[in-house]
Amino acid sequence: MRRNLIHYVVVLCLVCCCFPLGVYAQSPGTASRLVPAMVIAPELPAQRLAAVEQQVAEAKSSADNAWMLISAALVLLMTGPGLALFYGGLVRKKNVLGTMMQSFAMMAVITVVWAVVGFSLAFGPGNGFIGGFHNIFLRGVGLQPDADYAATIPLETFMVYQLMFAIITPALITGAFAERMKFSAMLVFLTLWSLCVYFPMAHMVWGKGGLLNASLGGRFPTLDFAGGIVVHATSGVSALVCTLYLGKRLGYPKEDMRPHSVVLSFMGACLLWVGWFGFNAGSALAAGGLATSAFVATHFAAAAAAVGWSGAEWIRNGKPSALGAISGSVAGLATITPAAGFVTPMSALAIGLIAGPFCFWMVTKVKLRFGYDDSLDVFGVHGVGGTIGAILTGIFASSVINPIFKNAKGAALPSGVLEGNSHQLLNQLVGVAIAWVLAAVGTLVILKVVDIVIGLRVSTEHETQGLDFSQHGEEGYYWETPA
Amino acid sequence: MTKVEAVIQTSKLDAVKDELHKIGVEGMTVLEARGHGRQKGHTEIYRGREYTVDLIPKIKLELVLTDEMVEKTVQAIMMAARTGKIGDGKIFLTKVDDAIRIRNDERGESAL
Repeated sequence: MRRNLIHYVVVLCLVCCCFPLGVYAQSPGTASRLVPAMVIAPELPAQRLAAVEQQVAEAKSSADNAWMLISAALVLLMTGPGLALFYGGLVRKKNVLGTMMQSFAMMAVITVVWAVVGFSLAFGPGNGFIGGFHNIFLRGVGLQPDADYAATIPLETFMVYQLMFAIITPALITGAFAERMKFSAMLVFLTLWSLCVYFPMAHMVWGKGGLLNASLGGRFPTLDFAGGIVVHATSGVSALVCTLYLGKRLGYPKEDMRPHSVVLSFMGACLLWVGWFGFNAGSALAAGGLATSAFVATHFAAAAAAVGWSGAEWIRNGKPSALGAISGSVAGLATITPAAGFVTPMSALAIGLIAGPFCFWMVTKVKLRFGYDDSLDVFGVHGVGGTIGAILTGIFASSVINPIFKNAKGAALPSGVLEGNSHQLLNQLVGVAIAWVLAAVGTLVILKVVDIVIGLRVSTEHETQGLDFSQHGEEGYYWETPA
Repeated sequence: MTKVEAVIQTSKLDAVKDELHKIGVEGMTVLEARGHGRQKGHTEIYRGREYTVDLIPKIKLELVLTDEMVEKTVQAIMMAARTGKIGDGKIFLTKVDDAIRIRNDERGESAL
């Protein structure tokens, strides 16, 4: 079908190329020059076809590259300002800068790690679990596409796009240990976490030869379009381990720990929603119809989950809160992440409607029941959302939207359980289980090491003072002090 | 001399101020305060966690007046600040021994 389309475009371009000649032919001065061209025409078509094909390929590459660069920028927008505002508003005002800095620090530090070794470990050639050192210092990463990943965009675009995912994933975890971890320990912990948990996980699901890679022949082909498992399940589970290891904030749950500004969180959540179009629709790695499918699914799930969370809250508490509505949309976005690009718009609505109330229940009931202090609900929203999203992807995935599984003749095979591929649910569960185990064990070991070497938690005095002053020597707000 | 301390609803500050200007009160000190009396506050819910907010924002007015102004002032505050519901606030009166104007050493009522 794609081949037909290309032929159609080629013919169209040929017609367009001829059209100006026709116009020139109207003027007597150029008519004589055109005649010889007509004479040598017989040997032209092959060359000209090749030239036009080249131009068509370049045009398609430019179009795809434009969308992918915009998508990369949109995904960066999710971390800063999106996540920084979302998390910054949820903490007490003495910790607003400390919390925002944790997200921002990931933008800086992970970029360096990625350039030096991260991309190579995640997407370079290696074994089923991790890439190797073939592409360290971005060796061999240039403007030539790598057809295994994305045939129409420079590998360098793919590299910088994937970098933005590597930034936001550890940044998501910071919400779990908010208001109580040393800045220095946080930097070391999340750098090691990226090396030991994120890069291997990204390689397994998306990398060449990865154990779970669905399109490049993995042993357990797991469907994860934009990172429900790789990003949200791993960060969510790691977040849970962090809260259990670090313990509660001083004074939790007795003291007043209301979000100091739901307004900041509101702006952050709306930016996350917008940025998520780059995250999910960009994961099509091209500007074609698949990006549209993912875009629509993303938007529909976010909306349905906001409706679902708000509805559940309205019934339980008598009022739909602003924080609830935005939390619902983020839960829907995390949940649709693995499914976008595999499911129909109606399935996306269904996934969102499941995600909203389910995450609401996790955050408001289960967390309070067990008493852990997942301060900004990273596990309840991202861990749970990503996990149920991965499972629902196995159920709702449609080969009409994305024919990812093909037989030897290239015909599409059923994708999800609803199409009759009941085995896919098992693959999804394998992927989720590996992510959970790797995230939990990896996080625990790294936390222990960093705790021994640096010490994870700020002193009681510094925690009372707030991270802004104790870690950064600043205050977020000072308008109450006299001029 | 008497000090009048009035704790009122934040929304009533302008009405009270206008009324006091009308009866000729020349100076006042206004503080943003938080507190509660029998009004027990309200609950707010953030992601399932309930917070009882019992210290509610209030405005506290402080005025030091000559004794003949006191009753008029109290009446004016009551008239402007009353809604008839719980939370309207309270007025406290205390005797003041002396007042001193920092600028020029004036003392007593002339310093007010």
